[in-house]
Amino acid sequence: MPIQQANWSPYDNNGGTCVAIAGADYCVIAADTRMSTGYNILTRDYSKIIQLADKSVMASSGFQADVRALQKVLEARHLVYQHQHNKQMSCPAMAQLLSNTLYYKRFFPYYSFNVLGGLDSEGKGCVFTYDAVGSYERVGYSSQGSGSTLIMPFLDNQLKSPSPLLLPAKDAVTPLSESEAVDLVKTCFASATERDIYTGDKLEILVLNAEGIRREYMELRKD
Amino acid sequence: MIVDSSSPAPAKKSLLLSSEADLQRTQTPYVTGTSVIAIKYKDGILIAADMGGSYGSTLRYKNVERIRPVGKHSLIGASGEISDFQEILRYLDELILNDSMWDDGNSLGPKEVHNYLTRVMYNRRNKFNPLWNSLILGGVKNGQKYLGTVNMIGVHYEDNHVATGFGNHLARPILREEWNENLTFEEGVKLLEKCMRVLLYRDRSAVNKLQIAKITDEGFTISQPYSLKTQWKFKAFENPTVGAEGSW
Repeated sequence: MPIQQANWSPYDNNGGTCVAIAGADYCVIAADTRMSTGYNILTRDYSKIIQLADKSVMASSGFQADVRALQKVLEARHLVYQHQHNKQMSCPAMAQLLSNTLYYKRFFPYYSFNVLGGLDSEGKGCVFTYDAVGSYERVGYSSQGSGSTLIMPFLDNQLKSPSPLLLPAKDAVTPLSESEAVDLVKTCFASATERDIYTGDKLEILVLNAEGIRREYMELRKD
Repeated sequence: MIVDSSSPAPAKKSLLLSSEADLQRTQTPYVTGTSVIAIKYKDGILIAADMGGSYGSTLRYKNVERIRPVGKHSLIGASGEISDFQEILRYLDELILNDSMWDDGNSLGPKEVHNYLTRVMYNRRNKFNPLWNSLILGGVKNGQKYLGTVNMIGVHYEDNHVATGFGNHLARPILREEWNENLTFEEGVKLLEKCMRVLLYRDRSAVNKLQIAKITDEGFTISQPYSLKTQWKFKAFENPTVGAEGSW
């Protein structure tokens, strides 16, 4: 019989943008809450952020079903880790786990573009940025998703010091204060919302520091 | 196999599968249901769907119940391949049965059933043998209303109003404009009927025979089938051939 062709795609792009910025003793992780498909908005209130451990927060955009499955796998693995080691996973440990989990499906990838943010074992802010198959790097700041091309150059310009564009490579965290970093994130999303149709509706911001975790929301344009 | 204009169109080009075993995988849908729409209202959830089962461009079946109860607290509405919906109902039957056999006084709520369905749909997508449906799961448990949706590749979300297929294009915009959280039952039904009427005019696969289902903490009701009033007496439709003698 003639070769069958598939007439459906197992992937979809549900859009959205994620950003994370590492500070001296804090980390800001943010993402919009719009979920789309094609030219339609499915819902204006879907969170792309998940707290995986005490000091690890992941924001992911891309194909929502894969993002959710990835979140569940990491959540479950962290539970097992806690049972076996009687402690929370550190952010760098979670970073490695995420990379391995993504590469595990190298030949049928999770269509998920992730930024992992948190505090390292010294209490300093850390951000890890990934591609869909697990290639990762610790950086001072990053953005992923549909608005990343608009936000990344702006962040490079505003956060010169932790930028990988400077030689010699300086300290990986920004000297900005926590509130300055949060304001910068709000500015990033307000700008990306103007020009990226998949970014908008509402911005969810999580701030991790020594005191714990704080959540903030900001309205974005809904068009 | 007889290929005529009323049967479903042949598969599109995209090399992904071959070999005899793939005859077992869903390639294209055959008998399909069109949009389902649903809203939260003051006392619970309202779901509407027509009763059509299309075979390609033929309206083959006109008595298909596309909204069904699930356990004590939920309703499921399905669009897409009807035989896959029937299989999903068998899965749900087993789920509810096993839950009831625990005999522990607890029963699965709409959030749990939605999560189960999401995992089933995603799992089948991972094996390249999807259940070709878009599902709406709504219900109330202990006063908490829940309304969610999941499609054949596992994309899922919850909201105050949801729709499948064409409903996303035609009904959601109306619902975004006119939905509020204090809708009475009558207002909710009127709103859904407004959306269903637009779908009836504009969706080729819609039929004028629908059911509206309601679920509250007290229980569920699925209405008897009925039709919507339509308006075709527009001046522009009168004497359609007056400008082109001999045509029809």
